[in-house]
Amino acid sequence: MTDRPTPKEPNRSPPIAIVAMAIIAVAVLALPLVGLLQRTPWSTLGTRLGETATLEALQVSVVVSLLAAAVSMVLGLPLAWVLARLTFRGRALVRAVVLLPMVLPPVVGGIALFFALGRKGLVGRALQNWFGIDTLIGTTAGAVIAAAFVSMPFFVITAEAGLRQLDPRLESAASTLGAGRWTVLRRITLPLLAPSLAAGATLSWARALGEFGATITFAGNHPGRTRTLPLAIAQANEAGQPEAAIAMSVLLIGVSLLILIGLRHRWIAPRTSQPDTSSETSPS
Amino acid sequence: MSIQAEIHAATGGFAIHAAFDAPTGSCTAIVGPNGAGKTTLVHALAGLIPLRQGKIVLAGQVVEDPAQGIQTPPDRRPIALHGQHNLLFPHLSVVDNVAFGPRCAGLAARPARQRAEEWLSRVGLADLAGLRPAQLSGGQAQRVGLARAAACQPAVLLLDESLASLDAETRTDVRHLLADIEATRVLITHDPVETRVLADQLLVMEKGEIVQTGTPEEVAGDPRTPWTAGLLDINLLTGTASGTQVALHSGVALTTATPMTGPVLVTFSPAAVTLSTVEPHTSARNTWEAEVARIQPESDRVRVLLGAPVPCQAWVTPQAVGELALSAGSRCWAALKATELTVREA
Repeated sequence: MTDRPTPKEPNRSPPIAIVAMAIIAVAVLALPLVGLLQRTPWSTLGTRLGETATLEALQVSVVVSLLAAAVSMVLGLPLAWVLARLTFRGRALVRAVVLLPMVLPPVVGGIALFFALGRKGLVGRALQNWFGIDTLIGTTAGAVIAAAFVSMPFFVITAEAGLRQLDPRLESAASTLGAGRWTVLRRITLPLLAPSLAAGATLSWARALGEFGATITFAGNHPGRTRTLPLAIAQANEAGQPEAAIAMSVLLIGVSLLILIGLRHRWIAPRTSQPDTSSETSPS
Repeated sequence: MSIQAEIHAATGGFAIHAAFDAPTGSCTAIVGPNGAGKTTLVHALAGLIPLRQGKIVLAGQVVEDPAQGIQTPPDRRPIALHGQHNLLFPHLSVVDNVAFGPRCAGLAARPARQRAEEWLSRVGLADLAGLRPAQLSGGQAQRVGLARAAACQPAVLLLDESLASLDAETRTDVRHLLADIEATRVLITHDPVETRVLADQLLVMEKGEIVQTGTPEEVAGDPRTPWTAGLLDINLLTGTASGTQVALHSGVALTTATPMTGPVLVTFSPAAVTLSTVEPHTSARNTWEAEVARIQPESDRVRVLLGAPVPCQAWVTPQAVGELALSAGSRCWAALKATELTVREA
């Protein structure tokens, strides 16, 4: 599809009530940030962000959120395909269970994970007996699992919507041209789905980056392993170091804003045209 | 590749039951009203809809037979389909769309692209190779879709209204292209001229079943259902035009109102032909003495099939048949106004 110019109503002032409400909405979302920035110790910000503890938390955050997003994609895409393409009894129930972590307080998720994957938990014992994994609690892997638990639904719901919008006749057409299942997936389904996958990945990554409750409840708060930026911020705030908390918050806001702006076309206002792949003609 | 098909299939509660054979390299046209099951039939051939019963045999090889548990998937059949909706891949350029089939067949990127470009120029769209499908007009998209199917160089080519949204001129070019393709062709059409010019065999489908089979001439001469009669009631002659004169292959020349040069198709309605016992002196530019080949009474009119030198049909009333004493083998005069003739490039 080509870019179409947005239809504009000529010479009509926008409805004042709607604009006013929109301004209030922006204020509700932006004022807290302004408050934070106003209290930010700009002069010492550099040194505070350079502190080992901060850098460590940033590193854990980046690793955990990216791995959680990767897990969400790898497991979430087949799940989205099953939900979008297969008809089976109990599909509504499966979808409800899959989306539940979006609604649950993350701390509930953390407790549930603890009783399932903890040393005495249902799966935790099996992990210990069969794979010799002592425990996930207190490990970065545990933090990744906690983050994936809360973030995967965002990927699944976006990818499923994308799959539903995709015209299955395009896949049939490809098969009549000699494309086997794998080629259809690789050259038709996935490229057409790319915008949805990117949007889903961004959403789930963003959710994982901000994750707090499930992580601290299940994986704990161990510096260098499970203490992500949100955990470090809460820790600093409670320990009476608001300036450190503010500095790390500014860092988190900065990183998030940068990435959201970078991906704005794929997520918030997707361009109608597809990414260019004209030179790519390889189906095998 | 010859086709032997006995198809019992269903989509969305609608079932079709159809059997036909097509020899290697032949062209089979399927006509029928909307909802007759024509598309379902070609989709079943392509393997997009499973057979409930029956068998599809291509060149002696069973491709599908539920009784034997054989169901070759679409990509393993030597069949390419150009469907009604084109279904071009929106994320690929025009040339990559056309190169898709050759690539799937194992051709390397460069030769595949080369073959795609050849086919694009054959359908007259070489200039548009770099565009996206969304930038094409309906007729252009249809030609790209056709080129994409043909570029697979399939043994069997299925065409579902592949010429429907083309303008008259490109339609002629594409018709020539289809006539030259070596594949065994099965085409769904609503165009009587296309049917007569391209098809060796005509299948008339109504309500999920084949109600008549034959050569286009046979079916046109004896349409079994009102729908078929409505579609095919058109006289079609081929000849060579020079100005407003069209020399038919029999040697007789017809006068038309449209000056043209070269090979042409002349069409006119059976209602435009008037018959008389003596040579008429009228304003009609075309009169000839004809032999009555057959007389076929229908519900409210009589279809008179004329033989040499201008093979065509005329409709007359039952009274006229009596007054003119028309019978098979008898002779009469026919008159046809030049303005009743439609002439188009062959």
